[in-house]
Amino acid sequence: MVDLSVKIGDLTLQNPITPASGAFSWEYNDVIDLNRLGGLVAKTICREPRVGNPTPRMAETEAGIIQSIGLPGKGIKYFLDHIVPEYAKFKPPLIVSCSSESPEDFAELARELSVPDVDVVECNISCPTRNTSGGNFALDTEHTKNVVGMIRAATDKPLWAKLSPSAGDIVAVALAAQEAGADALCIANTFLSLKIRTDNFRPALGNKFGGMVSPALKPIVLRMVYQVAKEVSIPIIGIGGVTKAEDVVEYMLAGASAVGIGYAGFRNPTALTAIIDDLEAWCIERGIDKVSDLIGAVRDDDMEMDTLAAASVGV
Amino acid sequence: MLDYAAYYEKQTETYAMSNADPNRNYTSATLKIGEPDPLPDRPAGEFISIVSSNGWVNDEYKLMVVDVHEKAMKAKGGQFFHLLCPSPDGAEVWMRRPMSIYRVNQERSQLEFLYKCEGRGTQGMAMLEPGDEFNITGPLGVGFTIDPAWKNIVVLGRGVGLATLAPLSKMAAERNVGVTAILSARNPQVVMSVDLFESLGAKTVTVVDTDGSSAVENVEAILERLIAEGKADAFYTCGSNRLLTLMKRLGATHDIPGQVAMEQIMVCGFGACYVCMRTFEVNGERILRRVCREGPIFNMQEAVGW
Repeated sequence: MVDLSVKIGDLTLQNPITPASGAFSWEYNDVIDLNRLGGLVAKTICREPRVGNPTPRMAETEAGIIQSIGLPGKGIKYFLDHIVPEYAKFKPPLIVSCSSESPEDFAELARELSVPDVDVVECNISCPTRNTSGGNFALDTEHTKNVVGMIRAATDKPLWAKLSPSAGDIVAVALAAQEAGADALCIANTFLSLKIRTDNFRPALGNKFGGMVSPALKPIVLRMVYQVAKEVSIPIIGIGGVTKAEDVVEYMLAGASAVGIGYAGFRNPTALTAIIDDLEAWCIERGIDKVSDLIGAVRDDDMEMDTLAAASVGV
Repeated sequence: MLDYAAYYEKQTETYAMSNADPNRNYTSATLKIGEPDPLPDRPAGEFISIVSSNGWVNDEYKLMVVDVHEKAMKAKGGQFFHLLCPSPDGAEVWMRRPMSIYRVNQERSQLEFLYKCEGRGTQGMAMLEPGDEFNITGPLGVGFTIDPAWKNIVVLGRGVGLATLAPLSKMAAERNVGVTAILSARNPQVVMSVDLFESLGAKTVTVVDTDGSSAVENVEAILERLIAEGKADAFYTCGSNRLLTLMKRLGATHDIPGQVAMEQIMVCGFGACYVCMRTFEVNGERILRRVCREGPIFNMQEAVGW
């Protein structure tokens, strides 16, 4: 038996596979066994009811999809009364993603979410189509420190901060979130992007800009996870382009303790549980007893030997 | 931490092995024909179906018949499957394509899809040949319902919308409900499902653009006549905003209930992503609903059109 469990602070996940926020809901139980997942991640909730963005909300591009949903929801009260009980029927911990445009409102939202059936507050401080003063605090260290600090003061729940891949210096933002009291970091949100239709000259999305989702982004996000993991002491959840067990291994080697999966579940609704099976098989095949041994185990300490070997080959 | 030296040796052989299969980029737990279903209480599955036939019905439409695991036979008319279409051009097709069920053949454990080859997804689908594997997820969404009080229904479809409405022919026949199917199309060559509806006892009326018979005024006259004859206890429509608007208006005037099958760009198919929203009007209030989850079949009087 392989021990697939990982720890995110004081919280133990039975395996490192979680869905990415926004790409998942309890309704996926129609096709897979949600009790097998490492965690359940509810779609980002806001305090006030929101209709979301105009359609079309998704467009295909050459190398992935771009989407802009606009955080639709029926507000915090409906969420606590109706959505949380749906998730409470399942065993894995419930991670609730939440968002707001102001730090004060964000803190109040986190306080309201601090109910027994919610296990983790994931603050989505990186909504890609917003700016630093309106929900994408994670573009900058000062805004990140301020908002995470205020949320931290408002809740005793484990607090995960979701960072933006568009930050100029994601390591600095990660350190700011850690300093402000985040218990873990989700790296990263989607990439701000644009598609223009050449038939009618209009942006393809109703909201003009969208967030890009694609396996093509994995090497970029993996690089971010690697760089951040070298500097922070809190766990990281790697999110970006995971479609197979080897991708989970890659993120863990880079320093992630778990992964979030979005696109793969759209393409193959059974992907999440299949990846858990494959990860276990991968570990058995290689004689790895504990998947947590992979965290940060990238072999980057003897790169000089490779450099020497390359030099000796000649041109 | 790992023992790097021992691990490195082992990984050189296994790494090459795990990368050998090009399909390894994606992972899924699909259900193939004849396999035991590990989750029998789940309504949907991700299936590997096998193409039985995929021929042209006319110049624009193809009919695909697939053999599929018996779990998929739970599908009801109006529900849809989410199809992982192969690429028509070598570049990736990123999203599945939702497609309504044309026919569920319980006896042969087959599903049928009638489709127009238009976008990249259906173009890729058109390239599949008998024996090919085709990954389909479903059944998804809610299907048509027929109230036991209804004795005669009117089905009005245009273009590929007729494919979505086709299962109503069998549903009505099983319930001894009379059907009048008004089939609208651009020209007589692309009118479909006449035989299907008639073989199950439905009366059909074909209207086309080429002789002007598909004009809204003419369809309205046909509907008014059916209402007067007592042949319209309920309305069903799909495929045309004009015809939806017409049926909705007549339905409101004559107090005839109705159902409409809606389309929208879709991503997950399960209700998670909120991409496939449409506007509805309920008690004077405009709301958004997910076509994949609350639909694709909706109360006609609440539909706003597109």
